[in-house]
Amino acid sequence: MDAILLQILNGLDKGSAYALIALGLTLIFGTLGVVNFAHGALFMIGAFCAVTLSRILTLSHTVIDETQKDFLGNPLKVEVPYIYDIFGQTTGDAIIDWAVPLSILFAIPVMVGIGFAMERGLIKHFYKRPHADQILVTFGLAIVLQEIIKYFYGANPIPTPAPDAFRGSFDFGAMLGFDPNTIIYPYWRLVYFAFAAVIIGAVFAFLQFTTFGMVVRAGMADRETVGLLGINIDKRFTIMFGIAAAVAGLAGVMYTPINSPNYHMGMDFLVLSFVVVVVGGMGSLSGAVLAGFLLGILESFASMAIVLETLPGINQIIIYLVAIIILLTRPRGLMGRKGVMEE
Amino acid sequence: MSKSNFTRRGLIKTGAVAGAAGLTLPTYLRADGHSGFTNAPTGDTVTLGFNVPQSGPYADEGADELRAYELAVEHLNGTGADNGMLETFSSKSLQGNGILGKKVEYVTGDTQTKSDAARASARSMIEKDGAVMITGGSSSGVAVAVQALCQEAGVIFMAGLTHSNDTTGKDRKANGFRHFFNSYMSGAALAPVLEANYGSDRKAYHLTADYNWGYTTEEAVKSSTEAMGWETVNTVLTPLTQTDFSSYIAPVLQSGADVLVLNHYGGNMVNSLTNAVQFGLRDKQVNGKNFEIVVPLYSRLMAKGAGANVKGIFGSTNWHWSLQDEGSKAFVQSFGTKYGFPPSQAAHTCYVQALLYADAVERAGSFNPCAVVEALEDFEFDGMGNGPTLYRGEDHQCFKDVLVVKGKENPTSEFDLLEIVEVTPVEQVTYAPDHPQFAGGNMGTCNPGA
Repeated sequence: MDAILLQILNGLDKGSAYALIALGLTLIFGTLGVVNFAHGALFMIGAFCAVTLSRILTLSHTVIDETQKDFLGNPLKVEVPYIYDIFGQTTGDAIIDWAVPLSILFAIPVMVGIGFAMERGLIKHFYKRPHADQILVTFGLAIVLQEIIKYFYGANPIPTPAPDAFRGSFDFGAMLGFDPNTIIYPYWRLVYFAFAAVIIGAVFAFLQFTTFGMVVRAGMADRETVGLLGINIDKRFTIMFGIAAAVAGLAGVMYTPINSPNYHMGMDFLVLSFVVVVVGGMGSLSGAVLAGFLLGILESFASMAIVLETLPGINQIIIYLVAIIILLTRPRGLMGRKGVMEE
Repeated sequence: MSKSNFTRRGLIKTGAVAGAAGLTLPTYLRADGHSGFTNAPTGDTVTLGFNVPQSGPYADEGADELRAYELAVEHLNGTGADNGMLETFSSKSLQGNGILGKKVEYVTGDTQTKSDAARASARSMIEKDGAVMITGGSSSGVAVAVQALCQEAGVIFMAGLTHSNDTTGKDRKANGFRHFFNSYMSGAALAPVLEANYGSDRKAYHLTADYNWGYTTEEAVKSSTEAMGWETVNTVLTPLTQTDFSSYIAPVLQSGADVLVLNHYGGNMVNSLTNAVQFGLRDKQVNGKNFEIVVPLYSRLMAKGAGANVKGIFGSTNWHWSLQDEGSKAFVQSFGTKYGFPPSQAAHTCYVQALLYADAVERAGSFNPCAVVEALEDFEFDGMGNGPTLYRGEDHQCFKDVLVVKGKENPTSEFDLLEIVEVTPVEQVTYAPDHPQFAGGNMGTCNPGA
């Protein structure tokens, strides 16, 4: 029982990341009809927004410390962040400590900007082209983006820790009456789950309760008619692309303390996120979220030692196995709509 | 090399090879000592092939290997700012005038840390660029694949960073040589330190990367810790492509284990260690003891990715820039002056391998791979940063002291991540060539190629 609860919890944060990326993918597919293989790269760029901000915050000047020696025996050059000079060491340290949450503010404009640039600069030209062309160009773009990041940040993972206040883990087991240490869950993963829930809720509320959202939903249903009513649907769809980019980017920002970001983290998530979208049903936002959590939890269960003993290797294929079963039994995915990708 | 093979076919084969290599005279005294082998250098230059990961997840380690090779080439040609380890190396054959008077040139290949890509780049350097020796790499899968290719092609392979037992165990080859230490040595060196620090009554839980290196490391650490009284509660294989290890780490505490051994390298190690620390494992008390984590193979370059999470965690390493012997100091000085930061263990092993190859050629008086093999087998040397070292003839593995290190509590710089806890003497990590963890190999005989 406790082992099952533990893996459900585990699946939630993984599922949160899948759901956030898949949500953005579905938004883009639903509005613009583009299969965006560069979406994983947007997640990765979001993570590097956090890296960049913490680099900016720790920009330093060197002070020579004669009392210590460096590895060559010369006086040690100590790096002192400029932020110490501005706010003093205590406040400076606190700001650096909170770099990841602060990156949210930094990432939103950056990601929306990148989303606009991508859509206006490149993807716009591929609306009328076949899906295969769109996949090729966005996949190529993803590779270019990740090589750019590698050029500037190197190939190794870069540690970006959570604020000290969120270090360590919460003992759910003790709270629910199990033995201590049986169900532990890191604080930051709880934050991630809550954050994902807020973002997902906000996107749904935006589409459901605002006029803008209503127009976008109408556009998703019948783009031509909305256009004929004199509404500039293209402009709204561009904005939606920016929002989708920001959602992926924020998912990336908050993910950095969970795993140190590196340049290919986007690719690691991309394929899985596509499976999530397909399982959830192409074009269905709630399907994407549901499938994200479902597959995240299933993946966690599949990597339990007891499951691996009975079915060795199941952890590597579970997601694809489920995708095959769902596509065979429900070809449109869990919540797919009729007519999407079927014309 | 003294393998007896009494089948009819075996005798014919051995006889043919022995005949070709010239049983009556040492290779270097034969008239064809300077020809009759793959890529025999004809002009006044010799080409070496540096096969390192220039793209992919180990690209930073590959870049450091390449820096070391460039430095080695400068030192061999006598064009560097100093002579690096040539000053401290116990063999004095190298004069700083190239190898056998031929200026050293090099070509590079990108292994991408993929066996097929690494073989393709090695093949291209051998066939198109005329490389007479291939060296480098940052993965055991790549090392084993390229080593086999070099054996077929008739060139020497000087392995870079490869830690799996199999490189000089079941996949050993006559043309291949490894300076880097291996999984067995890590286990043998770590066990006593773990016992001294954590006691002999511990329950260990292994997470192991699901590939060749992971298996041999798990086996080595498991057998050496069990020998001192530890119990292995569980061993779980994790996919090499895994990035989030939470679902593997969460059940560790439930299992009753009080030590977690992470048989992971590179990105796997960074992520699994980060996840384990996030789960607060190191703050827990299990069985009345502090929960501990062990990382059998440390790499400083990779440890950087895990940040403060490495603090206080034990592991082993082949070499560290803070060593104070003359060889290490000369190398760090030379490398640090040229590049502005200290070299990694990958850089060290590659630099040493390049010098050892060049020295063997000088001593043999020939680039013929079979002459080089003769010169390297059972070669004893010192002054290269690891104390007195033996290149054992039976398996082409270097035997030297092993460093047990710990993540430093108060690093003074971004390079100052590990501190040396113990230098385990070579006797303690030496094993018989037919040790079960290395069994099943057939080195064959040296192949000079064309």
